[in-house]
Amino acid sequence: MRVLQSVAVVFSAASLAFVLLQLAPGDPATALGEGISPELRATIRAQYGLDDSLATQYGRWLWSLLRGELGWSRDQHRPVAAVLADALPRSLFLMGCALSVSLAGGMLIGAWQGARAGSRRDRTTSTALLVLYSLPEFWLALVLLVVFAHHLGWLPATGITDETYRYMSTRQQFVDRVRHLVLPLTSLSLVGVAVFARYQRHAMQESMTQAFVRTARAKGLTESAVRRQAWRSALLPVITVTGLMLPALITGAVFVERVFAWPGMGFAMIRAIEARDYPVVSAGVILGSAVTALGAALADIAREIADPRLRTP
Amino acid sequence: MSRRLSPAFVLMALLVAVVVAGPLLTPYAPNAQLDIIALRSQAPSLAHPFGTDAVSRDVLSRVLDGGRVSLALAILSVSLSLVVGTLYGAMSTLAGGVVDSTMRRLLDVALSIPRLLVLLAVGALWGALSFPALVLLIGFTGWFDTARLVTDELRALRAQEFSLAARAMGVRGPRLLWRHLLPHLLPTLVITASFGVAGTIALEAGLSYLGLGIQAPQASWGTILRDGAGVVQSEWWLSLFPGLATVFAVLACNALGDALRERFAPNHVPRRATSRDTAPIPMTGTTSPSAFSPSRTVRP
Repeated sequence: MRVLQSVAVVFSAASLAFVLLQLAPGDPATALGEGISPELRATIRAQYGLDDSLATQYGRWLWSLLRGELGWSRDQHRPVAAVLADALPRSLFLMGCALSVSLAGGMLIGAWQGARAGSRRDRTTSTALLVLYSLPEFWLALVLLVVFAHHLGWLPATGITDETYRYMSTRQQFVDRVRHLVLPLTSLSLVGVAVFARYQRHAMQESMTQAFVRTARAKGLTESAVRRQAWRSALLPVITVTGLMLPALITGAVFVERVFAWPGMGFAMIRAIEARDYPVVSAGVILGSAVTALGAALADIAREIADPRLRTP
Repeated sequence: MSRRLSPAFVLMALLVAVVVAGPLLTPYAPNAQLDIIALRSQAPSLAHPFGTDAVSRDVLSRVLDGGRVSLALAILSVSLSLVVGTLYGAMSTLAGGVVDSTMRRLLDVALSIPRLLVLLAVGALWGALSFPALVLLIGFTGWFDTARLVTDELRALRAQEFSLAARAMGVRGPRLLWRHLLPHLLPTLVITASFGVAGTIALEAGLSYLGLGIQAPQASWGTILRDGAGVVQSEWWLSLFPGLATVFAVLACNALGDALRERFAPNHVPRRATSRDTAPIPMTGTTSPSAFSPSRTVRP
């Protein structure tokens, strides 16, 4: 069922990209300007197969996607697949780091709050988290950029490595990578921590009222042991949410990549938009949906591992 | 009602007041180029508390005027999303059976396609969009989580005694929905709207920042940020003030959503944990699929 749904997601995204392209004004010949002759326009339309029926074009579109042919990037003068092969790993790396930090931080803070829900410390923390939660990532990124890169000069402002990266020792290379990662990662994670902490707090608060927690207390377990047990069952909602949060994470990453010129998918897509390089954009939509579907499937598996009740005997 | 409600309402009242009174407060016309030579890119001063931009427009006036546009866009498109989402959810529940489960699956698929990427694709193909087109675009790409929330909530409501009683008395179909079920949905919708507006304000700021949202010369918080994008360091006031305004508005809406949720679901956040409610926290704001998450159950 899961696999079927993932396929449906990718298929829908591919169809959506096709429909948008059909609805949009202009055709590839338009890009050459107004001054071309009708004969040339007809030749170009024939070359791109635009005179075939919509069904034929649609079939061809899906078939070429299936074979992994994503088209040609007019702006970067190379196949779209090559553009993505460069950009995607960098985005996945950034998003993976951000997700790990957000989850770890959010779960710690949320569980800590949930165990003392309603107390003053809990409410103060909640207010602080609500503020973090309300920060648009790209603006937070701008603020961090100005303060820590431009003003204080502690960290590099843009890119993924320094220009002199090739001439560094292995240790220096590592340090350089970490230094470039800090600001984009912080921009994404501060908001992410707030998101996950809100969920974890609620789940933990919920879990602390369960009968098994009362039993654990009655058995005379220490409070920290009780909380460990309660936390185990408060994991599930957070895992579920992680799967649902992926589109939001992608959104955040697009903006943060743009601000810090992190050469990933988001950066490639925004560059493609400015150049009207549609093949890259549509491939980005399809790939983003595929990543989301894959992440949701992984979240399902993780939930089964965490919750024995969901396992099929 | 509790004292915890008040800060959120104060924030919201402030926001509404500033936006409604905007034209009275703006010292200059938002697009007036006051003195293209002498007043170009001035740092904040008494005469221009938020400074001026590269063509000598007063940034305070632009922030106030832009706020009206940003909020109008958010409120209109979220209203559209709510209507479409509720209709879809109601239709799905009314139809029941295979239609219902198919419609749910379709929602799951739609929710897995990252919305921003679709908006970027539309931006790449069409370029500049007018305000009404933006409202339609954002509204029609934002209703999926409302629809999911409504279907879940309606399914739970239908199983409750009052609904069973109504059905036993012969109330059917649309009438059951309209007279008996939808009124119970109202608090949920109001809360969703609150978080939805928060998320959409942030989304508009982001899109306009990329040049795909509101178009210059019309001010919005995002377009002012775009004006300042190349000069964040030297002309920081172009980035700081509209950004703060955005954060303030998003925070006000999120805080209102949190407060309303506590108000409408009093068991939700008790002083000490004794809740029976199993609803996961709704979340939106900058990042989010905006709404309660999927497995929301009956509110006691």
